[in-house]
Amino acid sequence: MLHIHCPYCEEMREEEEFSPAGQAHIQRPLNPEELSDEQWARYLFFRKNPRGLHHELWLHAHGCRKYFNMTRNSVTYQIMETYKMGAKPSITASEEGQS
Amino acid sequence: MSNSVQVESPLHHAQLDQLIGQSNSGGIVLHEAALLGHLNLRGNSDDAEFLAGVQEALGIALPITPCSSANSELAQIMWLAPDEWLIVVASGSEYEVEQKLRSYLKGHFAVSDISGAQTILELSGSNVVELMKKSTGYDLHLDSFPVGKVIGTTFAKAGAHILRVSEDKFQLVVRRSFSDYIWLWIQQGSQEYGLTIV
Ligand SMILES: [Zn+2]
Repeated sequence: MLHIHCPYCEEMREEEEFSPAGQAHIQRPLNPEELSDEQWARYLFFRKNPRGLHHELWLHAHGCRKYFNMTRNSVTYQIMETYKMGAKPSITASEEGQS
Repeated sequence: MSNSVQVESPLHHAQLDQLIGQSNSGGIVLHEAALLGHLNLRGNSDDAEFLAGVQEALGIALPITPCSSANSELAQIMWLAPDEWLIVVASGSEYEVEQKLRSYLKGHFAVSDISGAQTILELSGSNVVELMKKSTGYDLHLDSFPVGKVIGTTFAKAGAHILRVSEDKFQLVVRRSFSDYIWLWIQQGSQEYGLTIV
């Protein structure tokens, strides 16, 4: 079981309370009508699947029911940090030496 | 045909009232705090006017510390999220309290009467902590779960809010649709200690 820190409840909780919601920091295009089908499809369907450091969106489904962000290593499962919506990660792949 | 409407708790079929007094020994004591008024309040806790409005309406400050609760004669308030609270009031007073909140609050907020959506089960007794340990993964030590704290978590894998009322008394706020399952779970989980309904 993962032990996950919810930035809104401000404490560690069991993985059972959470559900993952895919890649974090995906911004909806501001001008959808100007996009090509390919650009729109990239926004809708195309996701990163990195080996190593990844920024993910998680939901504290049984707790405060808030979405938040997580920086996690997809190989070791190590959670480096969790942070609120609208915040930026303090750990990024470039700092990790592009693993 | 009568025009009167009979309100029923989601555990109506369990006929808990008929089980009261049938056993007076056992390590687990269960009471359904049925048919209370449940109001869900949404608003911005960074908005001083919103906080002041709630304080005036309920006579008590909104608990804005994560996982905290507050009590007044009128209401019991549980923190659910940074912008969401559950206000539990006496049976039948929910409409009046809702109107009061509406008259004191301005701007961006929401009050919803969700009394029919959930019920409250009170668990106490000398073995209550053991039963809770079977039911939730949350650390029940008083250092991590002190009296007055309320957490959204799972109880027997069903979503629930748990408030620690005292060292050996907990309130479970459970959804209507889960209440029968939770009732069955509590009966089975209490078998080794004995269950008393009050
Ligand atoms: Zn949370």
